Amino acid sequence: MTLTDVRPAGTRRGPARNRSRNRAQNRETLVLLLPALIPVLVLSVGPLVYGIMLAFTDARSGRNTETSFVGLANFGELLTDGDFWESFRIGMVWAVSVTVLQFLASLGLALLLDQDLRLRGFARVLALVPWAMPPVVIGLMWRLVYHPDAGILNAVLGTDVDWLNDFSVALPAVIVVGVWMGMPQTTVVLLAGLQNVPKELHEAAGVDGAGVWRRFWNVTLPQLRPVIVAITSLDFVWNINQFSLVYVLTQGGPGGRTRLPMLFAYEEAFRYGFFGYAATLGVAITIVVLAVLGVYLWRQMREAD
Amino acid sequence: MRTALKYLALLGYLVFLAFPLVWLLSTALKTPQEMANLDPTWIPRHPTLANFADAFGEQDIVGSAARSLVVALASAVITVLVALPAAYALARYRSTLNKIAIGWVLVSQVFPVILIIIPLFMVLRRLELVNTLPGLALVHVTFTLPFALWMLQGYVRAVPRELEEAASVDGAGRLRALASVVAPLLVPGVVATLLFAFISSWNEFLFALVVLKDPEVATLPLTLVKFTGPEGVVRLGPLAAASLLATIPSLVFFAIIQRRLRSGLMAGAVKG
Repeated sequence: MTLTDVRPAGTRRGPARNRSRNRAQNRETLVLLLPALIPVLVLSVGPLVYGIMLAFTDARSGRNTETSFVGLANFGELLTDGDFWESFRIGMVWAVSVTVLQFLASLGLALLLDQDLRLRGFARVLALVPWAMPPVVIGLMWRLVYHPDAGILNAVLGTDVDWLNDFSVALPAVIVVGVWMGMPQTTVVLLAGLQNVPKELHEAAGVDGAGVWRRFWNVTLPQLRPVIVAITSLDFVWNINQFSLVYVLTQGGPGGRTRLPMLFAYEEAFRYGFFGYAATLGVAITIVVLAVLGVYLWRQMREAD
Repeated sequence: MRTALKYLALLGYLVFLAFPLVWLLSTALKTPQEMANLDPTWIPRHPTLANFADAFGEQDIVGSAARSLVVALASAVITVLVALPAAYALARYRSTLNKIAIGWVLVSQVFPVILIIIPLFMVLRRLELVNTLPGLALVHVTFTLPFALWMLQGYVRAVPRELEEAASVDGAGRLRALASVVAPLLVPGVVATLLFAFISSWNEFLFALVVLKDPEVATLPLTLVKFTGPEGVVRLGPLAAASLLATIPSLVFFAIIQRRLRSGLMAGAVKG
């Protein structure tokens, strides 16, 4: 509809006028973008390019170590590194489950918050709390919940499980915390999207006799689609790159069962000092993420047409 | 019936969202003796505030909280000031540059921080900004900027171009149209972006871990993690208390902004 229509302005005008108008616009755009681009160039683009270059070197920590170009050697090593593949598998399980569960839970909550219910204000505030909390605090808090002796979970369930140290339970336990932590952003974005759906569309559909479910499916969801695609993509990227939460919860344990790719890379870089190898890991994860997102976005766009 | 189901669902969400928080509070109010007694209950038998005093005494909680606040406020304001003009340009004009910029926004989200953290550390070391709060604030700005841009350009795009054009037709100049029509509609978006930038800086742990080596400049997350060091059951009370204290300033800030977010400006404008 009109809000998502991104056709360039002036396509229906004469080509000559269009061109001079575009040139003037480009100049204006440049002036507006420059203040934002300079810091990004200096502190974000530059280091990133440098970081990618490091992936092809044997750089180590320490000021005076010599660094030499090693080509694709790091990538070769990575492909035969069993620890990396295990970490990669865990990372995918984590990122996909958290993203999907986060989206479903948040959509449900956003729909509820969009209704005229009692306790709605309270629920809205409560739903934002995890967002306001530092991941470090969230990690510490859930460690208290999961604590085998002093934790409330075992007391309530009557179980005797060491949630964060059990080989089979640790990853699901960490995933629950991931969903809890990421729900606010997703809910807020989806709720904002819901509130931007014109009420007239709903009323019109209602007059035409569409029920609640059909109105949701045929009116709300299509209107919400750009928002959904954007937030689930971002959630996936954030989740695969998660570090702090799991670092505080388990430090990657037990026996590496929750060692997400970023924890693995962090250890390589800052425990063992292999800057080059850690950068290679980063590049590899980037390639995978781009591939996954590419397929996802391409499918979404094809369906949207 | 349908309403009852909705309330049931809402209740489920409330329980899921609230129970870890309640447990954190409960733990913070328990005596060391009760923590050692391995029969946890929701309500402390002998509620005490001693854990909070312990938290203040043992680590520099207040100092690191102040440092976190300064870094987060500075980086939030700078981020929005830098991002707003660019976001407007990205949303309203089409050009090669803006395709590159949008591409960068997406790409920068995809790259894992590990890829930025090592070289950024080296750059800051050269600029002698390692171990300084401005250094960390700068890193947080660049870390937050791409997503702030993305958010803001979405809000600009949501302001119907027709409104702006209508203002121009009515005789308002370009800047006046921006100031009197677009700006008020953007307020909720700008506030939301400020909120996002503040919280992400306040929460940030990994960059702080790498940039701030010196305990004397440590931000709150760093101080808290150090607090967990050698941890027996008895130490969990002060840890919970410190965690609660660490969350308070952020929650307060959130609450202030939350009220402004509710002014539903868009609804009125689109209906017009």
